[in-house]
Amino acid sequence: MGRKRMVAMLLAGGEGKRLGVLTKDLAKPAVHFGGKYRIIDFTLSNCAHSGIDTIGVLTQYQPLVLNTYLGIGSPWGLDRRDGGMAILPPYVKQKGGMWYKGTANAIYQNMGFIDRYDPDYVLVISGDHIYKMDYELMLKEHEERGADVTIACIEVGWKEASRFGIMHVDDDGAITDFEEKPKVPTSNLASMGIYIFSWQVLQQYLVRDEANRLSGNDFGKDVIPAMLQDGVKLQSYTFNGYWKDVGTLESLWEANMDLLSEKPALDLNDRDWRIYSVNPNRPAHYSAATADIADSLITEGCIIEGLVHRSVLFYGVQSGIDSQVRESVIMPNVKIGKGARIYRAIIGEGAIIGDGAVIGSPDNSSVTVIGSDEFVNATHSLQEVEQS
Amino acid sequence: MNSNILGVINLIHESDEMETLTASRCLATVPFGARFRLIDFTLSSMVNSGITKVGVFAHTKYRSLIDHLGSGKHWDLQHRQSGLFIMPPVTDDVNEVRRGDLYHFYQHRDYFTRSTQEYVLITRSHMICNIDFDAMLASHKASGADITVVTKVQPELFGGKARKLQIDERGRVTAMQDHYGRLESDLISMEMYLMRKELLLELVDTSLAQGQDHLVRHAIMSRVNQLHIQSYEYEGYLGVVNTLNSYYKNSMQLLRPDVWKSLFFEPGPIYTKVKDEPPARYAEGAKTSNSLVANGCVIEGTVINSILFRGVHVHKGAVVRNSIVMQNGIIGEHSFVDHVILDKDVTVEQGRELRGAEVSPFLAVKRKVI
Repeated sequence: MGRKRMVAMLLAGGEGKRLGVLTKDLAKPAVHFGGKYRIIDFTLSNCAHSGIDTIGVLTQYQPLVLNTYLGIGSPWGLDRRDGGMAILPPYVKQKGGMWYKGTANAIYQNMGFIDRYDPDYVLVISGDHIYKMDYELMLKEHEERGADVTIACIEVGWKEASRFGIMHVDDDGAITDFEEKPKVPTSNLASMGIYIFSWQVLQQYLVRDEANRLSGNDFGKDVIPAMLQDGVKLQSYTFNGYWKDVGTLESLWEANMDLLSEKPALDLNDRDWRIYSVNPNRPAHYSAATADIADSLITEGCIIEGLVHRSVLFYGVQSGIDSQVRESVIMPNVKIGKGARIYRAIIGEGAIIGDGAVIGSPDNSSVTVIGSDEFVNATHSLQEVEQS
Repeated sequence: MNSNILGVINLIHESDEMETLTASRCLATVPFGARFRLIDFTLSSMVNSGITKVGVFAHTKYRSLIDHLGSGKHWDLQHRQSGLFIMPPVTDDVNEVRRGDLYHFYQHRDYFTRSTQEYVLITRSHMICNIDFDAMLASHKASGADITVVTKVQPELFGGKARKLQIDERGRVTAMQDHYGRLESDLISMEMYLMRKELLLELVDTSLAQGQDHLVRHAIMSRVNQLHIQSYEYEGYLGVVNTLNSYYKNSMQLLRPDVWKSLFFEPGPIYTKVKDEPPARYAEGAKTSNSLVANGCVIEGTVINSILFRGVHVHKGAVVRNSIVMQNGIIGEHSFVDHVILDKDVTVEQGRELRGAEVSPFLAVKRKVI
């Protein structure tokens, strides 16, 4: 087995509780996004474009769809002889199985996987975010600064700062303080959950953290603070591009809408940075004479007979005559009946919206969500099926 | 379960009346239906019928064929055993390349003898259809025929060219003529022939020994009375695409939703090479009507009765009508195109006007800037 300079460990076990019905049978990284993708495609494509060819994907919660989707990693060029993609579920050991207790414990349990490649660096990322980033540039800075740990960070709005790991940095970008999800944030510089560790240093701390019975075995809460306390060299890496945590229904909807502006901050059409995914093999979509489509993304396999404005339609969606879809995200294979109205909603995969049904309302500020394979007909049209 | 059929897609001496669409590619790889190539339909049908070993006999201009098919993985034909084989002509003398398909089958006879399949299905690439060959095999066995040929009653060929057949009340072929023959019949051959592999090898040897080297014209048509050739009628949608006119007209047929639904989905999906294009993007003010739009397109203007392949950009104020725009075409601002076929990577500059006619669409060659 050849040595690898950097091995990536992708945390894909997120339960995504705040995505409600959308994650009922699905791990969060497998949630559909952007017309043909799943959330994890963005991170995997980043790896592909950053020249990373060895990735361990740590799965835990509802892994069936995710594992099937990932396969042997071919769509992302990760079906390699040396390295490639390995799916790493929690191991069943002699004394019984052990769930991943926290992010750090998940890596701890797979130290054997990393050691096979004897890497200099380990990149820890998660499959929950929408962004395009070249990890190679981050590694370059990590090396130039002689850091032990580099954490990617981004400025976020003060209001949402308490959802993230918040850090303080000095003039050289060295991290001086780190607090996971503070109630009263004192900075708006948020950790993106992207870490490059020098493997020797990380190894040492993972072993120590595991031995500490009081630890929650989490990077943000336990390992990083312990490192800071010991004076380990922690460096920040500031990212300026588009980055979105799609952990809530509201933010998932927003991130989809972000793709629709004339010059979107995240350009899916960039030929130098394609987002790879499992392609669904459908014919080109058909837009009928009665169709009225504007300011929208439409994927192959759709048949559009109605109005679609400012919406994202996944593959295989059928929209009936006189139907209206506005400011909505319609997941794969949804059928929208004649004269149905959908406003500001997320419609789960395979749902059927009957003729004349109305979902959401034009003056609704919150997002209405319909779960996968649900059936909504005109008589029980829902104003709010589930509030985010 | 592996199928007992060895698939052969025969591209030797394909008809070539597609003008510049086949200037640098073979008929099999002419783009069709917004994201496919002609060969995808037969190849996907084979795969959906459980055939796991397919040999493609390439002949000329096959760079695009190799590029398109690759390892066969997009059709799930990348197997430990079997899978996809592309066989270009094998000969010491370039003059021999011109010889008929039987000669090329003979040169590659190891491919046949090494295969374990009992039956061989020989097809062409220009019959746009979605067919279950497994059902055809069952019918072949039931009839006890030597050869089964797929047929279809097709009164309207839209300028496509196909051999005509006559059958008796039991479906046995009694006469067979090339497209220009005087036989009056709406029943055409879809050029898909199923037989035992042993029979094929015998026909190859015997015909070549008699100085004949074309499978259908010589080996099969001259033996209509000696061999039991049975018709297997195909019920689904068929487009015979081997002339420019039939290319245009059959493309436009795809704008009928009933055709779209049956051809692309029943009995199985049609596969093609994956390109990782994002969903099509419609800007504010975009207008589309009765059109097929592939992923990767950006539509800012108006598109009516047209087919846009992957990555086409229709700029503001531009109008595309009754047209076929292949991959990565650019339709500049305020330009107007009607009844045109634009090959890949064609740019229509700002404000230009291009008009063809329904009977004779305007055709622009690959990478042309207008």
